[in-house]
Amino acid sequence: MRAAVVVFPGSNCDRDLAMAFRHAGCDVTMVWHKDTDLPTGTDLVGLPGGFSFGDYLRCGAIAANSPICRAVRGHGERGGYVLGVCNGFQVLTETGLLPGALLRNAGLKYICRTVPLSVATSDSIYTHGYTAGDSIRLPIAHHDGNYTATAEELAALKAEDRIAFTYPVNPNGSDGDIAGILSANRRVLGMMPHPERAAEPDHGNTDGARLFAHLAGALAQA
Amino acid sequence: MKAHVHVMLKDGVLDPQGEAVRHALGGLGFDGVQGVRQGKVIELDLAEGTTEATVRDMCERLLANTVIESYRIEMA
Repeated sequence: MRAAVVVFPGSNCDRDLAMAFRHAGCDVTMVWHKDTDLPTGTDLVGLPGGFSFGDYLRCGAIAANSPICRAVRGHGERGGYVLGVCNGFQVLTETGLLPGALLRNAGLKYICRTVPLSVATSDSIYTHGYTAGDSIRLPIAHHDGNYTATAEELAALKAEDRIAFTYPVNPNGSDGDIAGILSANRRVLGMMPHPERAAEPDHGNTDGARLFAHLAGALAQA
Repeated sequence: MKAHVHVMLKDGVLDPQGEAVRHALGGLGFDGVQGVRQGKVIELDLAEGTTEATVRDMCERLLANTVIESYRIEMA
């Protein structure tokens, strides 16, 4: 199973994400933002955390219009799997692969700490290793994680069981306490918390490891 | 020729930065500031003959995120 991790200028979680994919058994290729194509046979694209293009204009806006993101959008529109973490989630909303947008945290502060999360659905390749209602802990590290969407979009996310993770104690003011959402075909996941920073015993927390293990396992069988 | 693009958060979208500025103005003794909205101005230096429609296309595709922002174009 082949994963590609996109590297933008200012990405800083790209190697962490690649390591988590690799440890789960994926064959990982790093892809530069100026590349125009994904490697042949890419099953899964990882959009990493960081501060792509210095967060200039809006978080993720310049990255979403980079050459590789045209290929990523095509991959997503063809039904390919895409996981966007933190800045990667911001890029996914800017590309239109996921609805809504991420605003400045309601408290205006950059927040870097491990927070409790509720798994809101197990109905996706990413969350299948959890049970809906599971309580886990993952690190967050963001200034713009305040998810917002129109009332219609929020209703659709809820009705279609596309909210993947929520915050029991909302740190950033996000609508519906949302921490992560799925696309309509459930193959694109955007989330602000960092599962790749809680994926090995040495991290002191392995709550994120199940996401990668089940993702890689399911894709290997596909 | 130049164009100025004013990008603002849409009405109804919470603007925590504007709120913080409003509080700070209150702290300085400026009473009666009932609301502050903070946006940005983007100045474009354009080739002669660039149309407003082209600038609108720039706004739609990059300069504004129309999910949360509105924009206004001034051609100078």
